Amino acid sequence: MEPNSGNSIEAIDESSLKIGAQIIVDTLLEQGVETMFGYPGGVVLPLFDRLYDAPIRFINPRHEQGGCHMADGYARASGKVGVVVATSGPGACNLTTGLATAMMDSVPIVALTGQVRTELIGNDAFQEADTTGITRPVTKYNCIVKRVEDLARTIREAFYIASTGRPGPVLVDLPVDVQVAKCRHDGSKQMDLPGYRVRTKGNARQISIAAAAINSSEQPVLYVGGGVISANASEELRQLTEKAHLPVTTTLLGLGSFDQRKPESLDMLGMHGAAYANYAVQECDLLIAVGARFDDRVTAKLKTFASNAKIIHIDIDPASISKNVRVDIPVVGDAKLILAELLERVEFRERKPWFKKIADWKKKYPFSYDRQAATIKPQYVIEELCRQTASEATITTGVGQNQMWTAQFYRFIKPRQLISSGGLGTMGFGLPAAIGAQVAMPDATVIDIDGDSSFNMTMTELATAVQYNLPIKVCILNNGYMGMVRQWQELFYNKRYSHSFLTNPDYATVARAIGTVGITVDKKADVPGAIKEMLAQKQPCVVDFKIEREENVWPMVPAGKSLDEMDGLDMLESLA
Amino acid sequence: MKHIISALVENKPGVLAHVAGMFAARAFNIDSLAVGRTEDPKLSRMTIVVVGDDKVLEQVRKQLAKIVPVVKVQDFAGQPVVARDLMLIAISAPAEKRPEILSLIEMFKGKVVDIGQKLVMVEVSGPEEKIEAFIDVCKPYGIKNVVRTGTIAMPRQAKTEPD
Ligand SMILES: Cc1ncc(C[n+]2csc(CCOP(=O)(O)OP(=O)(O)O)c2C)c(N)n1
Ligand SMILES: [Mg+2]
Repeated sequence: MEPNSGNSIEAIDESSLKIGAQIIVDTLLEQGVETMFGYPGGVVLPLFDRLYDAPIRFINPRHEQGGCHMADGYARASGKVGVVVATSGPGACNLTTGLATAMMDSVPIVALTGQVRTELIGNDAFQEADTTGITRPVTKYNCIVKRVEDLARTIREAFYIASTGRPGPVLVDLPVDVQVAKCRHDGSKQMDLPGYRVRTKGNARQISIAAAAINSSEQPVLYVGGGVISANASEELRQLTEKAHLPVTTTLLGLGSFDQRKPESLDMLGMHGAAYANYAVQECDLLIAVGARFDDRVTAKLKTFASNAKIIHIDIDPASISKNVRVDIPVVGDAKLILAELLERVEFRERKPWFKKIADWKKKYPFSYDRQAATIKPQYVIEELCRQTASEATITTGVGQNQMWTAQFYRFIKPRQLISSGGLGTMGFGLPAAIGAQVAMPDATVIDIDGDSSFNMTMTELATAVQYNLPIKVCILNNGYMGMVRQWQELFYNKRYSHSFLTNPDYATVARAIGTVGITVDKKADVPGAIKEMLAQKQPCVVDFKIEREENVWPMVPAGKSLDEMDGLDMLESLA
Repeated sequence: MKHIISALVENKPGVLAHVAGMFAARAFNIDSLAVGRTEDPKLSRMTIVVVGDDKVLEQVRKQLAKIVPVVKVQDFAGQPVVARDLMLIAISAPAEKRPEILSLIEMFKGKVVDIGQKLVMVEVSGPEEKIEAFIDVCKPYGIKNVVRTGTIAMPRQAKTEPD
């Protein structure tokens, strides 16, 4: 079978023909790609050869999962599409965790994978895997390109699908023979997506109804998710809350969409959210959800969630609406456009009793911990980081307690500042995501606040940071436990700490062995100095904080309980 | 409640896997699924019979529409439609029972498409209930094999069935 344009080929002047791999690179450039992440292998060598002298910055991770998280961190930090390349079989399989992470958090990624020659597909060829089959449930869209003539259009479509609507990862599988086949690349920019439509403009009538509901509400709450950040709608959100006078709580991924220093901020809600946010949501008469999806970590017991409230849901994804919670006033479209239109129609309302009630809850149940303790409390480390970086750093996290403490104790003030795996909860995300973010923002302070076990999963990527001299900072909140697992075992499994601790290496030594700076902190008094030293580094730096080993995250809504049935409030109250 | 969903999809590899995978991943129940070409070579039609309450069906429609190569989704619930299944059924038919069986086939407007020593193969089409009813009346004779297409459907112009 002739994979290229067939009989006519001899008639065409050879010089007007390009090989598939060159067409791929040309299309990446056409799409504005400046940076990509990836790992080579047999069937992507034609593409790598064309990348050799392409004007694209290329970062080699140590593992394709790391590469995919880097592309993810790059995308979340910059708002651009992250691009990752891997070879067939094992390379493609290693991408899956990264793709699923990006899928759950709606992050635009284009993944390019090599594939065995088209005529070998289905024969269990060397390094063959059914990549489109494996990745279908963890991508927004994927496809395999079997004709070189379809390459440019398909890659263009991949970028369009990844970055529009509800963003997400798109994978294009590229058999090696297609990469070397030739065709004429005419530079036309067409796409062919009859089934893909994005509704951006909200329905005007629905917006009026929503505005009227806001104007007549005595006890409203805005509940904001990552959608506001991906829609670049933080400014519209700020204006809306000021004009209509609304309190704002965010999800984990929504942190940064609203300046947490403002009095209207209720901080994060949910299982480990602020008591005052959870109470406000449970007692509100109007819940205005924007770019959020009523995840079970947010709603707790669905039946009793915001049960007195009318619900407005603004989201670009029609399938998100009324999926978990019945919605009274749906508005489908782009949050930026819809919030701007709402802004025109809302009126200021004082809502004194409501804000008074919220202020009382805030006073009574702030996030807190034992500041007098002699040990290093993880919350203290984060507060100190926040202080020394003046709330300006870009923060990535691992998963577990470290992630929740970061959400509770760092004060986020601008969008794209927190980069964390929310939906999938992928341990090992923090370090590679920090690397991706640093690549996107070479001058920013990028700090991975990580757990010891999370860091263990992808710490090999420290070598990537060293190789490319990316001055990321890693703060390991080292409790010697899979802390969040231990917390659940303490609370719900009689303190039977079944396989929830590991023998960790000495991280400072590891950092030095990899060729960079490592610091160990085991005294509380050394915390500020160590952070200062870390922040002064112009190279990657790992700080191993030996924190209080059995500290827990409070408050906590236990599984199956309502959002306002939080444990740990007595403690917060006593420490307030 | 049973809904007949009709989805126009791009005629591309992987689309069926995508649709089927979505149903499995989201724990939706498919009663039947029929796929065929349309008058446009670039498009296929999937007719999917789904069981679920209104909330489930709303999600089914939205999740289907979200799949990139799915071009259009219609739910025929509450609309007048013509819905048909096609069945091939092999019934054991010893000589002495044949006249009886043939009259049943005629009653159901079936067609004998193959006759062997012991079996007759019959083609029956119609609404699902008719197909089920025919299976029921054939049971006493012994059914050797049943193959069904799953429902296909089209909205009708006229309000009632002519027959
Ligand atoms: C890849 C992966 N495997 C397992 C889990 C389940 N899990 C959630 S939190 C956690 C412990 C995390 O430990 P660590 O990184 O040390 O963070 P800590 O809770 O101690 O801050 C585990 C195992 C997960 N989220 N991701
Ligand atoms: Mg730990």
